[in-house]
Amino acid sequence: MSPREAAAPGRGRLDNPNSYIGRSVPRPNARRLLEGQARYVDDVQLPRLVHVVFVRSPHAHARIKTIDTAAAAAAPGVVRVVTGDMLAPYCSPWVGVLTHLRGLRSAPQACLPTDRVLWQGHPVVAVVAHALAQAQDAADRVEVRYEALPPLVDPEAALDPLSSVLHPELGSNLGFERRIAVGDVDAAIAQASAVIERTFYFSRHTGVTLEPRAILADYHAADQSLVVYLSSQAPHMMQDLLAKHLGLAETRVRVLCQDVGGSFGVKIHVYPDEMAAAALSVMLKRPVKFVADRIEAFVTDIHAREHRVHARMALSGEGRITAIDVDGLTGVGPYSAYPRTSGVETNQVINLIGAPYRVENYRARTRVVFQNKTMMSQYRAVGHPIACAVTEGLIDAAAGALGIDVAEIRRRNLIADDGYPCASATGMRFERLSHEAALAKILTMMEYPALRADQADCRRRGIWRGIGLATFVEITNPSPAFYGAGGAHIAAQDGCTVRLDASGSVVVQISVTEQGQGTETMVAQVVASAFGVPIERVRVITGDTDNTPHGGGTWASRAAGIGGEAALLAARALRDNVLAVAAAILQAKPVDLDIRHGLVVDRADGSERLELAQLARTVYFRTDLLPQDLRPELVATRHYVPREFAFAFTNGVQASHLEVDPDTGFIKLLHHWVVEDCGTIINPLLVDEQIRGGVVQGLGGALYEECLYDAEGQMVNANMADYLVPMAGEMPDIDIGHVETPTGESTLGAKGVGEAGVAGAPAAVMNAINDALSPFGVHVTTMPFTPQRILRALGKVTG
Amino acid sequence: MKPVPFAYVKASALSQVHQLLDRYGDRARILAGGQSLMAALNLRLSTPEVLIDITGLTELAGIRVVGDRLRIGALTRHCEVETSDLVNRYAPLIAQAMPHVAHPAIRNRGTFGGSIAFADPAAELPACVIALDAEIEIAAGAGRRRLAAPDFFVGVYETALQLGEVVTAVEVPIRAPGFRSAFAELARRHGDYAMVGLAAQGSCQAGRWRELRLAFFGAGPKPLRAARAEACLLSANLNAAAIAQAKFELAKDLDPFDDIHATAATKRYLAGVLLQRVVRTLVK
Amino acid sequence: MDRFVLLSMTVNGERVERRVDARTHLVDFLRAELGLMSARVGCEHGVCGACTVRVDGEIVRGCLTLAVQLAGARVETIEHLSETGEIADLQRAFHERNAVQCGYCTVGMLMTAAELVRTRPDADRAAIRQYLSGNYCRCTGYQAIVDAVATVLKQHKEALSP
Repeated sequence: MSPREAAAPGRGRLDNPNSYIGRSVPRPNARRLLEGQARYVDDVQLPRLVHVVFVRSPHAHARIKTIDTAAAAAAPGVVRVVTGDMLAPYCSPWVGVLTHLRGLRSAPQACLPTDRVLWQGHPVVAVVAHALAQAQDAADRVEVRYEALPPLVDPEAALDPLSSVLHPELGSNLGFERRIAVGDVDAAIAQASAVIERTFYFSRHTGVTLEPRAILADYHAADQSLVVYLSSQAPHMMQDLLAKHLGLAETRVRVLCQDVGGSFGVKIHVYPDEMAAAALSVMLKRPVKFVADRIEAFVTDIHAREHRVHARMALSGEGRITAIDVDGLTGVGPYSAYPRTSGVETNQVINLIGAPYRVENYRARTRVVFQNKTMMSQYRAVGHPIACAVTEGLIDAAAGALGIDVAEIRRRNLIADDGYPCASATGMRFERLSHEAALAKILTMMEYPALRADQADCRRRGIWRGIGLATFVEITNPSPAFYGAGGAHIAAQDGCTVRLDASGSVVVQISVTEQGQGTETMVAQVVASAFGVPIERVRVITGDTDNTPHGGGTWASRAAGIGGEAALLAARALRDNVLAVAAAILQAKPVDLDIRHGLVVDRADGSERLELAQLARTVYFRTDLLPQDLRPELVATRHYVPREFAFAFTNGVQASHLEVDPDTGFIKLLHHWVVEDCGTIINPLLVDEQIRGGVVQGLGGALYEECLYDAEGQMVNANMADYLVPMAGEMPDIDIGHVETPTGESTLGAKGVGEAGVAGAPAAVMNAINDALSPFGVHVTTMPFTPQRILRALGKVTG
Repeated sequence: MKPVPFAYVKASALSQVHQLLDRYGDRARILAGGQSLMAALNLRLSTPEVLIDITGLTELAGIRVVGDRLRIGALTRHCEVETSDLVNRYAPLIAQAMPHVAHPAIRNRGTFGGSIAFADPAAELPACVIALDAEIEIAAGAGRRRLAAPDFFVGVYETALQLGEVVTAVEVPIRAPGFRSAFAELARRHGDYAMVGLAAQGSCQAGRWRELRLAFFGAGPKPLRAARAEACLLSANLNAAAIAQAKFELAKDLDPFDDIHATAATKRYLAGVLLQRVVRTLVK
Repeated sequence: MDRFVLLSMTVNGERVERRVDARTHLVDFLRAELGLMSARVGCEHGVCGACTVRVDGEIVRGCLTLAVQLAGARVETIEHLSETGEIADLQRAFHERNAVQCGYCTVGMLMTAAELVRTRPDADRAAIRQYLSGNYCRCTGYQAIVDAVATVLKQHKEALSP
């Protein structure tokens, strides 16, 4: 049964009579948000709370000569002005490396530096005051004298042996290099009928979460405990790291992630200003709040995607890919991010290039270079948009060179749907994907032949429309091999506790978290289905290290696949426990009973035997009525971690239809399609909206978003007017279809989907633009595709 | 960020405003709609000691016909201008431009006079008032004076306003029927400041231009009349060759500078594209 | 002329009187003085729209409005609009269509949508998109929001001509 058929009450997936799997349940927790009752970090008020504001380096690279805090300390409302040496005893430095990214190195990073500043925005001095405005006023009075040093603002220049080395102890500015060599690429290229060569540039861009980063740290000296309200995706990871770096017992650190106003990976990293705020709370023994303002957010939130990729694709005369050769270069910040590093993005780029296709000869090299710019790390769809654009850009160019239709050339190269399990040239093991079915489906949805006919007709009338396809593979549900094996305390497992209360309601405590994608709803659906109650009876608790089992949190599109499975297992275990009690009460056998719609029933005919609330009351208050040898437990905890496959790979295909105005360079997005296979779909409404949001985020990267730096390492567009994010007026409607290939690793069969929209959108748009421009004999490979870049490609403007 | 601390006063008379400006000079700022000033205050790009709120001077608001002119009071909010029957009838160019000015919430507070006095080179309304051959009425302690719009705009955020002066109204000559207007801008997203834009007004007769006023914005430190391009078009018939020649002349009329979205060369080129499109629209 | 000003206005139907630092913008006034946390800050330079609230019946950018400019004004936040049921149809449509994800843009989006519905009853999808162009959302990609607003406009039309 398709997810849409299952939207009606009654039968759903997993063969439970009141299953919610596959149903588009609106989020019960959304009402709060719609009525203005959300609770983000800045909404939390605590007694004696103080605000911290950071004086930040205006230079991309400089030595700190002197810091004069006297005037600031005397300003109204100021509690303390703190420099790096004052804070050092409260927070130990960190190094962003993972052992399995061999050769990755980074210099240690402290909250606040004592000798050098390494990027514009580097926090230098913390000013703590009673009111935020007072702290900002006082910060203006801090005088820091710097000796400017030459900044590294270009990765190629940074690799030049004549350039200065940012961290002399590292010997060079190369932070990481990785090579892959499979088969014989040179031979394949020599024998190829067609060799396509392109250099792709991807702009540095950033998440722009509407709620800026925020932390409220509340240290209680009497019991040496710390409560941290944090806008973050990974509370347990942060609990571990705060305990470690602040020298506190892990059990005395509580991290609360309540409502989070958007994250997309931005809020999953350790930030020096946030750690400083926590350290200040310990130092001052009172609550300390830090909320980044928008300008700060632009220069301190992690950036991502700054990549240059030079690539070649060799093909036979029939358009079969025989080899791909890649050389990637990415310029990150002055340190590798912590704890997830600044090496994973480019690692995924070279792992994923060519992934949808059969490629026997593959060679790749990628290098990560330190620069004096904002730090870079994981941001939604880490590396995928780059890998997809390189692959799909090359194959489209090949189609043009060989005179093969772009859909057809993909058909000839996609891994066949019956060709699984298999592994990519880069060693990624695919359980089962559905590229062929997905491509067929999207071509039907978009009415591909009609679009081509329309394109031809438009061309005759001087209207230039383009159609672009992009197939992609997405990494979801990562196993411990992803981070844990590299030494990071980042859990690949998640845990769920399900409890039946005396009133017959079900309380779920789970370690995956909510940032608006609907985690709480998805979990409620799984538990309601697997346990057997109406969803209204299920309450889900997330984002609290005191009140949930230990787990990874939400990232890498893992909440449904891993968290959902843990919820399913726990709910089934609770069901077994309850049926054991019911059997004792009803003098029946557990196997003859079931729980449906909140009642214990006869499995065979569904007749009602016992209300859950009544059973629960008996267990909690009338244990005297139960057999002595019965040990009722109305609570169950289960953890789940994928073990067999390193990742649950998913696949999808996207299509873009757009119009290019060759006189102005402006692009009008006419429509967009996505066909996605994420395995079992728990809530089609939530899944489709995640895809839509991701697509638009990808469109932003393709058409608008760019962190612009000048030669001095200053980000020149660090505000909402100059850094362009997609707004409603320019975005297209997006049609979505699905193929469903559940993973066999879990009962639920759910893979992840949160990042799929971002992964394929830039490639689809690039291919559509180049398709529109093909009559002019030009193409573009530098994102974002601004009007000026289009005009330059067309030769309408120079310089 | 929060603004720096300042003292606030709500003026009850224009004379009070002049006194305060005389006393505090450029340590004071006038607050009307606040849609530009507040952003500057919040970014601490502007750090006044005194804020003089003039929104209580209701005599400076309102739209009415005075003789052969349409008078728009400086404190008239954009949303009122946008929906005004008088503006639609007598200065349709402004009505055409209004939907491009920021967004509804900003138009609910921002004032017409505020936009004129702020003089952003990429803003729509300064170019409109130049295309409309408007006059800017200015009040000082000593009395009122009027400036032709081109004389009012001096440079980037720079006007001919002297210390102590306040824009009180903009007056637009009411044109005879037969005058057409056209407006176009190229902006990356709806509501953004334009990369380049053109506000145009003109009339044709017997296959030729009688009068033509082309005011570009985003193409120089202030809105610019494309005088050479106009002259070229006025001296020729309404045909494609004339437009091509005008595009060529246009490059000398404009003085764009590089910014993050486009180089000067790109802006010159785009201005030519707009010229072609807008002139064609005017002719139709 | 003073740095601190005694201010009175009506907020959500209640008369309030406070002494405020003149530099306090409306969002900070609502949050810090009145505990109305639904008013949000997203950029403080008037671009993102998260701060949109209603003053004298019209939407404004709360971050670009000084509280002291609103002496005697009537301010409404979403708490009030929810209580009176004025935007119940929009809230329901947003809910059913999943036009809310993280929720941070939602208040500003609903405020703006309410004004659209009131002033542009004939808006088509393109007009809805244009009207909402001053409200940034990073989560939804906008389509669900446009769908929800279009649904409400259609419901209003159908109610007028049964």
